[in-house]
Amino acid sequence: MSQPAGPEIDRLIQLLAKLPGLGPRSARRAALKLIKDRRRLMAPLADALHAAAESISICGQCGNVDTSDPCHICADPRRDPSILCVVEDIADLWALERAKAFKGRYHVLGGVLSALDGVGPEELSFDALLARARVAEVGEVIIATSATVDGQTTAHYIKDRLAGCEVTVSRLAHGVPVGGELDYLDDGTLNAALTARRKL
Amino acid sequence: MEWTDQGIVLSVQAHGETSAIAEVLTDAHGRHKGLVRGGRGKRIVGVLQTGNEVACTWRARLSEHLGSFAIELKDARAARLMDNPLRLAGLTSLAATASMALPEREPHPSVYKAARAVLDAMEMAPPSSIAWVAGLVRWELGLLQELGFALDLSSCAATGQVDDLTFVSPRSGRAVNTEAAAPYVDKLLPLPGFLRPGQAVTADREQPHLVLKDIEDGLRLTGHFLDRYIFHGSNRPPPAARARFLEKIRRFRETYTGNHNI
Repeated sequence: MSQPAGPEIDRLIQLLAKLPGLGPRSARRAALKLIKDRRRLMAPLADALHAAAESISICGQCGNVDTSDPCHICADPRRDPSILCVVEDIADLWALERAKAFKGRYHVLGGVLSALDGVGPEELSFDALLARARVAEVGEVIIATSATVDGQTTAHYIKDRLAGCEVTVSRLAHGVPVGGELDYLDDGTLNAALTARRKL
Repeated sequence: MEWTDQGIVLSVQAHGETSAIAEVLTDAHGRHKGLVRGGRGKRIVGVLQTGNEVACTWRARLSEHLGSFAIELKDARAARLMDNPLRLAGLTSLAATASMALPEREPHPSVYKAARAVLDAMEMAPPSSIAWVAGLVRWELGLLQELGFALDLSSCAATGQVDDLTFVSPRSGRAVNTEAAAPYVDKLLPLPGFLRPGQAVTADREQPHLVLKDIEDGLRLTGHFLDRYIFHGSNRPPPAARARFLEKIRRFRETYTGNHNI
């Protein structure tokens, strides 16, 4: 059976279908939308993709993605260089930046230790973290890994590795989320919240 | 095909964007995998944590299919163990060892029940106690036995004596007493006191380092035979989580300050 469109459009649909959240059907819808709105949407999108692909680089200090190295966070003089926040991946860094709650600098590990997925310490940027933590100006390392078994195993591993550095090691609290009702919380979260209770 | 069982979550791997493949050590169906639809969602990700006890219903059209799991939380054990680095390392070591050593879909109810008992002991022990590690060593010995590689620690391989057993032959897995072991001490594996017939972990207040050394020796002993009979046999490296746990115990012994009960 012949294709309903030329090979260029077919390739566009195939590539769009590889994006998260899109399957072949939704990729076809997205492609049709782009084709219908070629001037206003397709051309600018193509330009933006091209420009991003040309200029994106991984920050040599923290592992963030940006168009400059060091990234704008590491290069920002208003950021507190004495606090490092260790996150699993870039999505976590972006989440913390969205919250506007942290004014220090970051370190992206690139994942978590996982025995079953074969992710060992060599695959993650622990050595770079250690080198950064040894710098005299760093006074605290906040470990912001997930509240999962793998995330916490990684957190304990980082704490062990930082044992020789003169830094305070802390981690994010686990417990009741803002707007959360106790009745709807799972047993594990309630347990963590009770364990981490603090004086009013 | 459909069955319902209880089990301990061993591992979870992402499958597509929203689902996950859960691996559960069940009571009557052994180590079993199944697809959990929506298994990466907020509602269930907390349930699918290594060490949690769950009730699971497995369904498939044919028995050889991967099938799907409907999983319900029975006990959120993982959350209670996460804060203690040694216990968390012990939990992941147990899960990784079970995952790599046990054949899939082969019932081993005694391994499941013993694993539950070890996790119970791990959880119930006072915060500063590490006596539960001896239970983990015994669980690994039981695992070897269940898989057909039992060690004979009841009498000396050379003399048949039942007293003064202090070593284990790395080849035969049989105990050796001090006298018979004398010429081969550097080639034999130390037999920890708590694995000698009729002995348990005893808190030696005078020499706590010796008890810690015993526990470390126990892990090295089972590790040797797990490597030899199970992991090398299937051309797989031993689980990294177990190596990290052993390393933690070694460092714990080296830095022991007397603040922990043994």
